[in-house]
Amino acid sequence: MTDNADFAIRARGLTKRFGPVTAVDHLDLNVPRSIIYGFLGPNGSGKTTAIRMLCGLLTPTEGDATVLGFDVPGDADALKPKIGYMTQKFSLYADLTVQENLDFIADIYTYPRNDKRARIETLLEKYNLLEQRRQFAGTMSGGQKQRLALACAVLNKPELLLLDEPTSAVDPKSRRDFWSELFSLADSGTTILVSTHYMDEAERCHRLAILDHGRKVADGSPAELQNSTGMSIVEVLAENPFAAQVELSKLPEVMSVTQLGVRLRALIPQAVANPLQLVDNLLSANAIPAQTKIVDASLEDVFVAVTQKGYAAEQAA
Amino acid sequence: MKSAIRLMAVMRKELRQLMRDRVTFAMIVGIPVMQMLMFGYAINTDVRNLAAAVADQSDSHLSRQFVADLGQTQVLDFQYSVDTAAELEELLRTGRISIGVLMPPDFDRRAIDSRRSAAHLLVDGVDPTIVGVANQIRNMPLYFDATAPVQNKVATFEIRPYFNPERRSAVFVIPGLIGIILTLTMMMFTAVSVVREREHGNLELLINTPVSTTQLMVGKVVPYIVIGLIQLALILAVGRLLFNIPVHGSIFELYIAALFFIAANLALGLFISTLVKTQFQAIQITIFILLPSILLTGFMFPFDGMPQIVQYLGEILPNTHFIRLTRGIMLRGANLGEMYQELIALGVFTSIALSAAIIRFSKRLD
Ligand SMILES: Nc1ncnc2c1ncn2[C@@H]1O[C@H](COP(=O)(O)OP(=O)(O)O)[C@@H](O)[C@H]1O
Ligand SMILES: [Mg+2]
Repeated sequence: MTDNADFAIRARGLTKRFGPVTAVDHLDLNVPRSIIYGFLGPNGSGKTTAIRMLCGLLTPTEGDATVLGFDVPGDADALKPKIGYMTQKFSLYADLTVQENLDFIADIYTYPRNDKRARIETLLEKYNLLEQRRQFAGTMSGGQKQRLALACAVLNKPELLLLDEPTSAVDPKSRRDFWSELFSLADSGTTILVSTHYMDEAERCHRLAILDHGRKVADGSPAELQNSTGMSIVEVLAENPFAAQVELSKLPEVMSVTQLGVRLRALIPQAVANPLQLVDNLLSANAIPAQTKIVDASLEDVFVAVTQKGYAAEQAA
Repeated sequence: MKSAIRLMAVMRKELRQLMRDRVTFAMIVGIPVMQMLMFGYAINTDVRNLAAAVADQSDSHLSRQFVADLGQTQVLDFQYSVDTAAELEELLRTGRISIGVLMPPDFDRRAIDSRRSAAHLLVDGVDPTIVGVANQIRNMPLYFDATAPVQNKVATFEIRPYFNPERRSAVFVIPGLIGIILTLTMMMFTAVSVVREREHGNLELLINTPVSTTQLMVGKVVPYIVIGLIQLALILAVGRLLFNIPVHGSIFELYIAALFFIAANLALGLFISTLVKTQFQAIQITIFILLPSILLTGFMFPFDGMPQIVQYLGEILPNTHFIRLTRGIMLRGANLGEMYQELIALGVFTSIALSAAIIRFSKRLD
């Protein structure tokens, strides 16, 4: 219990299997309080399953977890009033109005009667839903639905917010607004666990875990992750990027090549002594004119590096 | 206190959704009215105007008189007159008549011969009701002389129908139909309303809140009790207006009985919702249970006429007990005190189904 107090979430060897599929594979987590913690991973990497286990909706096949000091799923009932959960799919009532949905959630949490109205007014205003209060939730836009879902999730002032891909159906402006809202919630002491497959969102998290095929392949702050890829990144600016990419892919030292506009990014393990030289030699040998330079790793590079490592290990095994 | 607030919240939400769901709302009124029209008018065990044909080979004064007498009973409607037995058989086989009357050339002589029957009835034996009618006609007396004073032969039994003196089918059918209508609507509405929340993902959010399984289940079901009672009122009103269905016993007791029965069906609906994944499956199971509720409960066929093992099965079905209650209260003027066993049976059924539903409804997704 003592060291649990420092962490909002602790998990040891958390595993979930659905028949032959291992959705979450021995996940270890330490999520400090009052930060935004991200789950970054492609579709099917186990983000939703992990979140569901953490709030007690799914029983782990193996391993255990403590959330806000409560064992899950054992003490999930005691945990429920203290967490807010935003499901991946919109899960409020489409045939109730915005106001009715909020009213319902407030009553379900038995929010104090005298403060209920004021709380709902505050939320409507804060999440820019005043004009929609009498609109049926099902008829709203993606951004409005998302703001309503967040308003409902935070209504009872939870200590921990679990947000499952909250911005997947939302335009970029709404996404920015949504994230500034998350920062202000974290500032006021709420711990937030948010899953995403957007790199730019992952970059905003205080800490994150990268999930791939149910496994945590890396974790840390975005800066830590970027500094510890074990990769040199060579950026190539070529007139014919396609030809350059074909040649680069042939090099056994090059782990991956990705194209960003006219630029290519080649990931080369740091074990290779002079990566810039290697690339230059290759390109001039094939008469491909190009400018090259070493650049810092982006989170996308980190993602590519760690998931490729996972594959390499899998192939070796 | 907290649980009361949550219970009220679930009920209010359910009621709001119900009021806005036009299809469901139409079914609440539409199903009872349609079923009553269907069953009230179509099911008719007093057989009249059966299509018939006659082959009068004797063509005597007596035979013509006999055919006229038969026609006057209005049980048979003579549509064909033919010459041979073969022609009668042909009409029977092609389904154009249900009964054929064959009078042989020596009809007059046979009529006075007590050892031989005077004429033949050719009957479409496929339908047992028609065979029943043929048996009635068989004993029709013959009058040898139309001018002679009628010497009525005294029947062995005189039948005196109690409780439904006019022997109208609707009077017998509709009290039983209340149970069928409530079974269908109550079971279906609750099962579908729970499964819909699961399909739409609402349940994933709900089970992550402090609301308990019991609050959720009871809150969802209570609005439907009111709907069920409204349906009962509707059925009684339509029954009175269109079919002149009486309620000889206490209307209040009828509503009490209905309350027990509605509770049983709602509990069953909740239990079904824990067994299925989609609304479609919920409706399939509802229909699967509806069939025995029609066939094995005494609604269609006399309960005592069923094999013993089927009777045991029937006793499990809530509708069996409710049909006894409605027929008792509405037609025989019985009171609940005389039929308390049926109420106990419904109460036991409800407790078992509800407990099973609450145990099976887990606050987890796996
Ligand atoms: N209820 C379930 N039954 C069977 N397989 C499931 C179930 N839920 C998830 N999975 C599988 O587990 C894996 C992880 O899924 P999920 O946690 O939804 O990933 P993500 O949220 O990252 O997209 C996928 O392969 C998915 O098909
Ligand atoms: Mg997901």
